[in-house]
Amino acid sequence: MNTLSRVRFVWKPLAFALCLVPAILVITDAFEITGRLGANPVEAIQDRFGIWGLRFITIALAVTPLRQITGRSWLARFRRMLGLFAFFYVLLHFLTWLVLDQTFMMSAIIEDIAERPFITIGFAAFLLLAAMAATSTAAMRRRLGKRWQQLHYSVYLVALLAVWHFWWQVKLDTSEPAIYAAILAVLLGYRLHRYLQRQRSRQRKPQPAPQGESL
Amino acid sequence: MLILKSPDIRPSEITSEQNYLNRRLFMRDAAIAAGAMLAGPAYGVALPADDRTRFGNIVRSAFSTTEEPNSFEDISTYNNYYEFGTGKDDPARNSQEFEPRPWTVEVSGHAGKTGTFDLEDFVQPHRVEERIYRMRCVEAWSMVIPWVGIPLADVIRRFQPTSNAKFVAFETLHDRGRMPGQRSRVLDWPYREGLTIAEATNPLAILAVGLYGKLLPNANGAPIRLVVPWKYGFKGIKGIVRMRFVETQPDTSWEMAAPNEYGFYANVNPEVDHPRWSQARERRIGAGLFAQKQPTLKFNGYGEHVAHLYEGLDLRRNF
Repeated sequence: MNTLSRVRFVWKPLAFALCLVPAILVITDAFEITGRLGANPVEAIQDRFGIWGLRFITIALAVTPLRQITGRSWLARFRRMLGLFAFFYVLLHFLTWLVLDQTFMMSAIIEDIAERPFITIGFAAFLLLAAMAATSTAAMRRRLGKRWQQLHYSVYLVALLAVWHFWWQVKLDTSEPAIYAAILAVLLGYRLHRYLQRQRSRQRKPQPAPQGESL
Repeated sequence: MLILKSPDIRPSEITSEQNYLNRRLFMRDAAIAAGAMLAGPAYGVALPADDRTRFGNIVRSAFSTTEEPNSFEDISTYNNYYEFGTGKDDPARNSQEFEPRPWTVEVSGHAGKTGTFDLEDFVQPHRVEERIYRMRCVEAWSMVIPWVGIPLADVIRRFQPTSNAKFVAFETLHDRGRMPGQRSRVLDWPYREGLTIAEATNPLAILAVGLYGKLLPNANGAPIRLVVPWKYGFKGIKGIVRMRFVETQPDTSWEMAAPNEYGFYANVNPEVDHPRWSQARERRIGAGLFAQKQPTLKFNGYGEHVAHLYEGLDLRRNF
């Protein structure tokens, strides 16, 4: 088997299964098979889905820098799956809030989204992720053309909103959101660095921009 | 022509109906407190020797709620006690080796009697009561907790505060070796809290030394902590080592950390939201995965005993 086949038939299915583990653990903890959810299970479930949503956003954003540094172009094939898992966990986080925390009380929900800034930005991040998930297929990419790339650049905004949402939700101890902010700063900073590098090299030797390259 | 009129009663001399009713409630509460004192056994209840021994002679109280208490597991494993870490499960996990005895409490300030007391001597003269109270956290969750404690009003009376004692200030132990969470600068250690003298002498306020009839678990603030059930839980300072009678409003930890979010009074109030979340509803721990949040009650439902303390005070400004 060549590398590409191994990626498609071994590594990706394995990664897919691994990505599901956090969700499975929430269920097994709920039935006290693995751990326990604790005295406030709604909060525990909501927090776990939320943190994994943020983690997958971060992991998905790490793919391109990793690919560029290691030169392993097949890493790019994981990007969509990881992004969709980010949406999967964020969706579960949002549904937990909607169904278990707010118990479908629409007036309270609307008030929270409109009046609590950390919920507003969380909701905005969710909507952007939903738009990206809905347009994640190859067919959609073809249909939207240039606009597809513009929409999917909003993953940077999503990452910022997600960290901000987490930071603003914490009561006082911002050490955990600070870690994600630092990781994000590195991942986005790296892209900015490469972008500026390319701009400078283009100024020295005018060349047509390379085809089909994404940041 | 001089017309002599009998002096009219000044409006200020007429008791408003609200005040009249409040004073009747105050008298009733005082009677409940006194009744327990007369009906119950003599003072001088010793602290149990170990965690498994029950307190002897716990007096029941009419201030207890009839609501079902939360499980011991929930009460002792879901805690905000940053001295042992900021996660809800940290205090139970990280306080396993904490030794709450020997322990001393220092009493100082504007009072006739001051000094440093061994915990046993501090508690012993007072009657020990069971108080099953609701506890409402500022984070919008709540529990029903069967505390065992001594009335704070009795403790204060014993130390004879002078007329300069307008507030009572409390402090927690400050020992990074015994309380590993204090190595983090999340709060300005030691934890500090305070009450007005009127709040501190209200019959509801207790110093808790036990839970479910036995000694307080470490995660709940062993060996002695404050319980003020009409206020948000962070007012219930744990691991108390110092009690001071002071003239001016003392600094309190959460107010120092975020003054726009946490105030000195911190009365439970569904009408005054936290800047970042609503206080109108709360999640009752133990109600189950699919339970709705329930409406929050003003003063956590203890208004009939404490509302009179805040007459004329703007509770939105003095949150």
